[in-house]
Amino acid sequence: MTTHAEPTAVGDHDDHQVGHSEAGVDQAHLGEKAADWVDGRLGIYGLAKANLRKIFPDHWSFMLGEICLYSFIIIILTGVYLTLFFTPSMGEVVYHGSYTPLNGIRMSEAYKSTLDISFDVRGGLLIRQIHHWAAIVFVAAMLVHMMRVFFTGAFRKPREINWLFGFLLLFLGMFDGFMGYSLPDDLLSGTGIRFMEGAILSMPIVGTYIAMFLYGGQFPGNDIIPRFYTIHVLLIPGIMLGLLVAHLILVFYHKHTQFAGPGRTEKNVIGMPLMPVYMAKAGGFFFLVFGVIAMVSAIASVNPIWAYGPYRPDQVSTDAQPDWYMGFSEGLIRIMPGWEIRAFGHTLVLGVFIPLMIFGLVMIVIAAYPFLEGWITGDKREHHILDRPRNAPMRTAFGVAWIAEYGILLVAGGNDLFATHFNLSINTITWACRILFFVGPVIAFTITKRWCIGLQRRDRDKVLHGRETGTIKRLPHGEFIEVHEQLSPEALHTITAHEQFQPMELPAEVDENGVKRKVSLLTKTRARLSQSYFGEAAQIPKPTPEEHAEITSGHGHH
Amino acid sequence: MTSQDNMSEEHLPEAHGAHGGELAVHGDAFADPGLPPHEHRRTDIDEHAAARAERQVAMWFLLSMVATIGFIASYVLFKPGPELKNTVYIFPLGHISKLNFSLGMTLGISLFAIGAGAVHWARTLMSDEEHIAERHPIEASPEVREQVFADFRQGAKESGFGRRKLIRNTMIGAMAMVPLSAVVLFRDLGPLPEKKLDSTEWAKGKRLVNMNTNEPMKASDITVGSLTFAKPEGVEESDEDFQEVIAKAAVMLVRMQPADIKDQTSAEWGYEGVLCYSKICTHVGCPISLYEQQTHHVLCPCHQSTFDLSDGGRVIFGPAGHPLPQLQISVNGDGYLEALGDFSKPVGPGFWERS
Repeated sequence: MTTHAEPTAVGDHDDHQVGHSEAGVDQAHLGEKAADWVDGRLGIYGLAKANLRKIFPDHWSFMLGEICLYSFIIIILTGVYLTLFFTPSMGEVVYHGSYTPLNGIRMSEAYKSTLDISFDVRGGLLIRQIHHWAAIVFVAAMLVHMMRVFFTGAFRKPREINWLFGFLLLFLGMFDGFMGYSLPDDLLSGTGIRFMEGAILSMPIVGTYIAMFLYGGQFPGNDIIPRFYTIHVLLIPGIMLGLLVAHLILVFYHKHTQFAGPGRTEKNVIGMPLMPVYMAKAGGFFFLVFGVIAMVSAIASVNPIWAYGPYRPDQVSTDAQPDWYMGFSEGLIRIMPGWEIRAFGHTLVLGVFIPLMIFGLVMIVIAAYPFLEGWITGDKREHHILDRPRNAPMRTAFGVAWIAEYGILLVAGGNDLFATHFNLSINTITWACRILFFVGPVIAFTITKRWCIGLQRRDRDKVLHGRETGTIKRLPHGEFIEVHEQLSPEALHTITAHEQFQPMELPAEVDENGVKRKVSLLTKTRARLSQSYFGEAAQIPKPTPEEHAEITSGHGHH
Repeated sequence: MTSQDNMSEEHLPEAHGAHGGELAVHGDAFADPGLPPHEHRRTDIDEHAAARAERQVAMWFLLSMVATIGFIASYVLFKPGPELKNTVYIFPLGHISKLNFSLGMTLGISLFAIGAGAVHWARTLMSDEEHIAERHPIEASPEVREQVFADFRQGAKESGFGRRKLIRNTMIGAMAMVPLSAVVLFRDLGPLPEKKLDSTEWAKGKRLVNMNTNEPMKASDITVGSLTFAKPEGVEESDEDFQEVIAKAAVMLVRMQPADIKDQTSAEWGYEGVLCYSKICTHVGCPISLYEQQTHHVLCPCHQSTFDLSDGGRVIFGPAGHPLPQLQISVNGDGYLEALGDFSKPVGPGFWERS
C-alpha cells in the first residue's frame, strides 16, 4: 500500500505522483482515487476503519443467523422473479393450458398463473420451488438461531432489543410464509384461508366485522388474494428488511458474543477479521446455502398445487396440513375441546378463541423471556461471554420445555398423518396430545434441569480430579485404578469461567425495631423465582481455586 | 433507576475474571492462561500444500463456470410442461421434470462451487491468526450523559413546552385525533356483517341439485351408505358469486334405515330416511367429506371434528362446538327432493352474534 499521507488540498490528487515502477501500482492508485472520490462525498473511511478488519469470533453455531440472512435474500430474489409472472386476481377463468388434467376447469387467475409458472415458464417451477424451500429454511433457521441465542444467554444486556428485533422477524416471517403459500389459491391453501376466517369469527364482538373487512364481504369474496399479495410482497418484507438491517447494525455495534476460553474476556473479542476471512467465509456461505436450496428444489417437489386443484369452498383434500411453521397453531386448534358458551343471544367460541390466545402467548413468552430473567437476576451489567447451557439450568430447562410444547403441538397438528402412517386411532393420539400439552413440558423441564445439574457435577469432578484417561493401572498391592489426567490450564479456565449467582433473600420479616416489614407480592415472587434459579437445588457450586490447589497438591492424587 | 432495586447488587457474583487478578498470588489454577500461541497449518509452511490448495480453489471456481454453461444449455435443450416425454426417471425420485432437474442441479452446483471455493480459500490460504479487539462500554460517560440532559433541558426550556400548557394540550389533542382519519378510511374494506352470516341460498321449494350431475334428485337416487353432495337449484358454477354462495349452501345427503335415526326431530326433517346436513364444519368451516357408513359418522378432514348424522349432527369428537345444522327437506309434486326453508341455524363456525 502506498502511503497517501499529506492532507493537501482536495483535488491535488491528479498531480500527486508516487514514483513507483512495479506493475499493479497504477491500478491500486486508481482504486485509491475512486475510494477518495466516494469518501469525499459519503465519508466512508470512518466506517471502513472500524469495520474492514472487524473481528468476529468463530463458532459453528454463529452460522445459524447467517442462514436466516441468506435464505431471506434468496426469497427476495426469487420472489421478485415470481411477481413478473404471477397474477394476484380471484377473477375466474377456464383453464386451457399445458396441464391437461385440469383442462376446462374453472379457476382463479391466481391459480392459473401459478400453473403457468410451473408448466410454461422455463425455470419457473424451479424458482417457485426455491422460493418455497427457502421460506421453509428461513423460518426453521430463525427458530434454531433463536434457540442458540437463548440457550447461550446471548440475549442478556446489551442485546435485549436485538432479541426483540429477531423475535419480530420470526413472527413476521411465519405470517408472510402463510400468506405466500395462500396466494396460489389452490384447494389446500384456500382451506387455510377458510380456517383463518373461522379463527377471526371466533373473536368476541369484533370477529364478524374484521372478517367482513378483511375478505371484503362474505368468504371467500374477490379481495383476499390481491390484499394478501400486497401485504406479502410489499408491506411485511418492507418491515422485515428494516428490522433485518437494524438487527445487523446492532450485531456490528455490540460486537459478537464469544464463548469463554483462554484469552477471552468480557472486555475483548477474539477472532478473525472481516476482510478477508469472513468476507470469504460468510460470502461463500451465501453461495453454499443458495446452492443447496437450488439442488433440493431440483429434486424435491414442494407445494405441487396442480395436484390439489383450484380452491372451492365446498371441496377439500385429506391430509390438509399447513407448512411446518404453522403446524403448532394447527395442533392447538386440533386438540382443543369444542367449548362454546351460548348466552344472551351471543356465542363465545372458546374452542377456537382459546387456541388463538395461546398461540399469541406461546410467541409472547419468547419475546418476554430476557426481561423476565433480567428482573430475576437484577443483573445490570453487560454480558459478552456466552453461557454453556448447563450452567444456566433453569433457563435451559425452560427453553427445552418450550421446545417440547412446540413439538407436541406439531405432532398434534399432524395427528391425522400419525394416525394413518402408524395405524393408530386418531382419538387416542388427540387425547395423548391433550394430556401431553400439560404434562410434556413439565417432564421436559425436570429432565433437562437434572441433566444440567448432572453435567455441572461432572464438570466439577473433571476440574478437581482430572479427565478419565481410560488407562487402567495396577497398583503393587493388586488394586486396579483408572489413571486420571489433570486438565490443561486452558480447559481448567474454560470450564470454571462462568459466574454463579446467589439467590436473592428476602429481608427479615420484622426489622430491627420489631416492626413488621411490608414485602410486596412482586418482591416475594421475585425472591422465590431467584431461589429456584440459583438456590441449592439449581446449581452445583463450582470448585474454587483453593479446593483445586488442596486436592492437586500431593495427597489427593489418584 | 438502579437505586430502587436495593436488594439486587450485593447478590451479584464477582465481576468476571476476578480470579485472574489478585487471587493469582496463590497460584490460581483457573486463571486465564491467555491466548494460546498460533499453530501454523500445513499450507502456511509448505509451499507445495499451498499451491495444491490454490489449485483446489480454482477447480471449484472452474466447476462453477462449467455448471453455469450447463444451466444455459439445459434452458435451451429441455422443454417445460408436465408431459411424460419431458420427464426423466431418477431413482429413487421417480419421474421428475428434465428441465427442472437439470436447471436446479446446474444452478445449485454453480452456486455451491463458488461457496466451496471461497470457504476453502479462507480456510487454507488466508491467515487464520486470531486477533484481539477491545470492547468499549456502550453506556456514555457521565459527562456526556450530563451534557445530553443539559441540552435537552435547554431545548425544552426554549420551546416553552412545559410552560405553555395551552399549546401542549392542543398539540397532543391534534396529534391524537389525526390518525382517526386513517382509521375511518378503512371502513370501506368490506360491508358490515349485519345478518349476512345467518342465512344461506336455501329457501322453501328450492330443489336439491346433485353437485356432480347437476340434476335434481329423487329420494330413490340416494342409497343407503352413500354420501351425496348437493347445491340449491339455480346455483351454477359459472355464477359471479358461486364461491360465496356455495361456501354456505353446500349440503350433503345421506340415507339411513329410519330405525337407525336416534333423533326424532332429525328424522322428521328428513324424507324417508334421507337426511340433509350442512357440509360446512361448525368448527372453522372446512367442508366435511369423510363418511363412515356403518356408524353414520362424518369426519372433517381438517381438524377431525366428528359428527353423528344419525343423532341430529351431534359432535361426538374433536374441536367443533355445536352440531351440524340440518336442512328440512321433503319431495315436491314431481317427486324431487326440495328444501322446506333455509337452515334454522347459521351454518359454519360459531361467531359472537350467533344465538
